[in-house]
Amino acid sequence: MQIEEWKFTAKDIAEKTDLFMSGHRACAGCAPATVMRLILKAVRGPTIVTMATGCMEVVSTIYPYTSWALPWLHTAFENAAANASGIEAAIKIMRKKGRIKDEHVDVIAIAGDGGTYDIGIQALSGAVERGHDFLFVLYDNEAYMNTGIQRSGGTPLGASTTTSPAGEVIPGKLEAKKPIADIIVAHEIPYVATASPYYWRNLITKVRKGLEVEGPAFLHVFAPCPRGWRSDPAKSIELSRLAVETCVFPLWECISGEYKLSSPSKVIAMAPQKKKPVKEYLAVQGRFRHLFTPKYEKLLDEIQRITDQKWQKLLKKCGIA
Amino acid sequence: MSFPKTRKEMPLTPLSLPTVGSMGKTGSWRTFKPVVNYSTCTKCTLCWIYCPDGAITRREDDSPEIDYEYCKGCGICANECPVKAITMEREEE
Repeated sequence: MQIEEWKFTAKDIAEKTDLFMSGHRACAGCAPATVMRLILKAVRGPTIVTMATGCMEVVSTIYPYTSWALPWLHTAFENAAANASGIEAAIKIMRKKGRIKDEHVDVIAIAGDGGTYDIGIQALSGAVERGHDFLFVLYDNEAYMNTGIQRSGGTPLGASTTTSPAGEVIPGKLEAKKPIADIIVAHEIPYVATASPYYWRNLITKVRKGLEVEGPAFLHVFAPCPRGWRSDPAKSIELSRLAVETCVFPLWECISGEYKLSSPSKVIAMAPQKKKPVKEYLAVQGRFRHLFTPKYEKLLDEIQRITDQKWQKLLKKCGIA
Repeated sequence: MSFPKTRKEMPLTPLSLPTVGSMGKTGSWRTFKPVVNYSTCTKCTLCWIYCPDGAITRREDDSPEIDYEYCKGCGICANECPVKAITMEREEE
């Protein structure tokens, strides 16, 4: 299947009004907030957003205020995807019965990593299996940040969180990150992709593709959280670049089961000397501080080994190497 | 549709209407403020793209203008500016 790529210039998106407004209460340096702004730059017409509980819901919609300048529905932690399927089905039947104007309405479901990896996965799995036409955006800040930095299925190996504290006994989280995007690819849906806010053009194009495709689409967006990652607020976007350059979070898209590397990662695949060591990415984050002490140094090599292994596996899937 | 400009203009309804500044003027959170040096700025608009608060607006000629009412002073714009035309300066009393 071919999806036509939306060609746009910076001016095109500049002329669009910001649909995610200023004055929300996200922490200073919150990358998920940048992600929300960029996602809404890609909407093409009437759009309804539904959102699971999570940081971005808590910071932007404290009754009676909302920062979203488009129809927005809050739902419980576990059912962002179920809500989206309901909205999509309702629009379909209301259009058929002539209750609303007969025009296409895009549905976007947004959830954090807790609302996708752990709590929301059954609703998501069901919705993509039923083939509803919606885009699911996962903004991954790698822990339950709004409730106090508890570990989630998305927390990477060795990260210190409040429920997997690094100390005498354990070196942070002992388990690896769940390969959520691959799980969704296994559902054989038309469009799955990963994106990072540093590569904003890539991110906006992917959101647009996800909206244009017929049927369910899934977008996994990397979103550094300075509060939970114990990093400098100014470095949030830099971290989203480092994650791609160290191949911790490679960018790819999978259209109808065919994997394809996106250009920022393809550059690294073509010129392996450009691949940075994982250390560079970990050293900027306080949650990995313990890995740089003699006691847990070995884990650093282990993380590098796992990252390389996953990268090689991805290259094979994309038909490179 | 026009949106209410401030919280005071919000009508009393069970429905939330979008408004700028849903949490008040978040600029008061700031300890460092970004200052743009317009002579070195190349108008690449990257600061505008990456600002999590949408506190940077573009002027007619694409140069950035920072809205100090909502800027939280995170420093992302200064960090990402390719020509380092934005510096973070301490807020004076």
